[in-house]
Amino acid sequence: MSGWVLKGLKTGIRTTLYPKVEEPAPGVSPGRPEGGGIAGNKKPAAVACPVAAITVHNKRVSVDYDKCIHCARCLPPAGAIFDKPAAGYEWAYKVPRDGVAAGGAGVAKTCSHSLHIKVVDGGACNACLSEVSQLTKPCYDMHRLGFFITPTPRDADLLLVVGPVTEHMKLPLKKAFEAMPEPKAVMAVGTCALSGGIFGPGFAAGGGVREFLPVDIAVPGCPPPPLAIIHGLLMAVGRKESVPSSTSPGPGSGREAK
Amino acid sequence: MKKTTCKSSSMKELPEDLPPGCRGPVTVTAVAGRFSCCMEASAADIPPICNWLTTRQGYRFASIVIEEMPAEWLAHYIFYSDNGQGPVSISARVDKADNALPSISHLIHAADWHEREMEDLFGLVFEGHPRLGEFVLHEEWPEGTNPMKKDFDATVPYIDQGPSSSCSWHPPALVSESGAFMMPIGPVFSGFAESAHFLLETVGEDIIRMIPRFFYKYRGVEKTAEGLPADRALLLAERFSGTSAFAHSLAFCHAVEEIWGTRAPRRAVALRVMLAELERFRHHVAAIEGICSSTGLVVAASQVGILEEDILRLSCKFAGHRYLFGLNVPGGLQRDFSDSECLELAGAVKEIFVKLQDLEKRLRFSSSFLDRLEEVGTVSTEDAVDYGLVGPVARASGVSGDLRTCLPYGDYGSFEFSVPVEKEGDGYARLRILFQEAEQSNNIISQAVSSLPGGGVLQPLSPGARPAGAALGWAETPLGATFHWVRLEEDGRVARYRLTTPSFTNWHGFHLSVEGFAFQDFPIILATFGLSNAECDR
Repeated sequence: MSGWVLKGLKTGIRTTLYPKVEEPAPGVSPGRPEGGGIAGNKKPAAVACPVAAITVHNKRVSVDYDKCIHCARCLPPAGAIFDKPAAGYEWAYKVPRDGVAAGGAGVAKTCSHSLHIKVVDGGACNACLSEVSQLTKPCYDMHRLGFFITPTPRDADLLLVVGPVTEHMKLPLKKAFEAMPEPKAVMAVGTCALSGGIFGPGFAAGGGVREFLPVDIAVPGCPPPPLAIIHGLLMAVGRKESVPSSTSPGPGSGREAK
Repeated sequence: MKKTTCKSSSMKELPEDLPPGCRGPVTVTAVAGRFSCCMEASAADIPPICNWLTTRQGYRFASIVIEEMPAEWLAHYIFYSDNGQGPVSISARVDKADNALPSISHLIHAADWHEREMEDLFGLVFEGHPRLGEFVLHEEWPEGTNPMKKDFDATVPYIDQGPSSSCSWHPPALVSESGAFMMPIGPVFSGFAESAHFLLETVGEDIIRMIPRFFYKYRGVEKTAEGLPADRALLLAERFSGTSAFAHSLAFCHAVEEIWGTRAPRRAVALRVMLAELERFRHHVAAIEGICSSTGLVVAASQVGILEEDILRLSCKFAGHRYLFGLNVPGGLQRDFSDSECLELAGAVKEIFVKLQDLEKRLRFSSSFLDRLEEVGTVSTEDAVDYGLVGPVARASGVSGDLRTCLPYGDYGSFEFSVPVEKEGDGYARLRILFQEAEQSNNIISQAVSSLPGGGVLQPLSPGARPAGAALGWAETPLGATFHWVRLEEDGRVARYRLTTPSFTNWHGFHLSVEGFAFQDFPIILATFGLSNAECDR
């Protein structure tokens, strides 16, 4: 068995340096279409987004990332709204809550260097879960940042929910949330968890976690790459802030266009 | 009935050799939708014909498709075999007033869950089935709710009272020894396992009986697809099971292409093979990682985890998406790849495969690891046949059968590859199959990139009205055979979409592998099956 130890040592460190420095490796993120002014003579009428995530207003394109499913139909060669996906993965944003101090603030204060996460699958397609599972593997190793998966909601500070929340998962999800001690925060990961994605709202799939739990942090993407989820976790503990992007009108802005 | 008579469309009535017990008439209807033979029979003749197909003609059960017509139910029973012919469909019509079909699951056990699902979602009774009732829809759905019926409104949440406060599911315990108890596992797991619920009945160490409960992730994909244009339904086909997205979208595209009478260009067909094998390679590496971590072999799990992430990054760099979403469209691929990009991909896959081989060698000599897998979670060949298991799980139990060779699609016929089969049926056999299949995928990718045909990758569809019709599409997903039965209207909208997935098929037989084994083996057996609930529940 000592062979394994040597093998491990020989492999060396493969872990990303994010968030100290940006991760430069290709393929860590698929990127996403980014809104902005309409270039040249492109016709905004050609908006053929199957999930109505793209809106055009005053010659500016905005993308609702809560809905975008990375189908690439707005990118060449299929569509011609955007030239190429914008690189990057710092996609998470804080969900504004009217009037009420966000529950996430308590978590940010008390759990800034050790956060215990309970993952609940609300009917995800498995791609989001697969990306979440990468977080504990060597390439991302979120333990180095003080993030841990916990088996029980009673030890959890943060509820990480993937999937549109199906009819059958409402009760288990509600029970998991109620079993968590205060302070607690909820992070919705993936397009389905934010808007129901292509499945909901319908008769069996819900329209996202926000329908019945207070969401603090949203991580858009279909699926969001592991670094986007780490970005969301850092935001949940107050080590990253929502950074407005320079070309798009800003995180969450797409929702105004609804 | 001879195979040749079946192919002839002038043959209107079967000759004297009707299957035994069959009263007739059995009509051979025009062949359509990639079937080699379509028959129509009375409902009462369905069990003898199905039995005759499986026991005498060597066919395997694939699926049951129910369609709702204005005054009647139309049921299609689909079978396939490795005799080089296409799949076979037997249809029966049932008056809505009768609302009952004879059950075939006492003859073909693989049909058991299909009948239960149809009873639950359509309200159609399968006479003679011992366990109809709650299956897909759990107790919170009012009795008599049948969401697959045409008059059911699928656009609004059906249960709007919010989550109920308690779960009233208490299946009867069969073990009556003193000290017997039921150990619940799920639906929320400790790590990032998918939602599913298992009750393990035990008197101590060993699992005596396992009662699974699935469909926690039931999103109603088949119902949601109805009325959607084909290119929108494609998104559902692709994304209902994210870790085998490419294979499922491929099966859907095969069905739609058949209905519209279009063919993907040769270059697209070859690229599809390459991408499907890339997906299989990634899936198997992820499954191997799962097995290593279930046994607590941390270094090996980490090593394989690095390879998994390497493949994800490679897929993203190459195709623009880590899980190969957004590539397949009816008529070909959404985008082309240059020959040099493909060669580079094949080279990178090969490099990863060499590293995987090194890990395989090391695992083969890790006795503490093998102890957890050998002679654990055994499924016998007879059981695998009875339950109609598919994919790597079946091949580990001695059941060969791979749609890439049984019902060749794409240009798999032109590649040299083997379908590995093991006999033992235990966890270690399943692990070996994963390694061997990863090797075959690597081989197929190198062959595919070395002979890529030129030309475009997308056959433009003619504008205007397209033919309506129904067809069966299939593909060998990383987990096994999938069948996508699609009916399209003239306006290109989906009238009925039936998804038969390998996870649905294999979860049915999962209990065989855990009953009689110890508690601590349960997560390991779960990992060696490696099934997906998203794929099963739809």
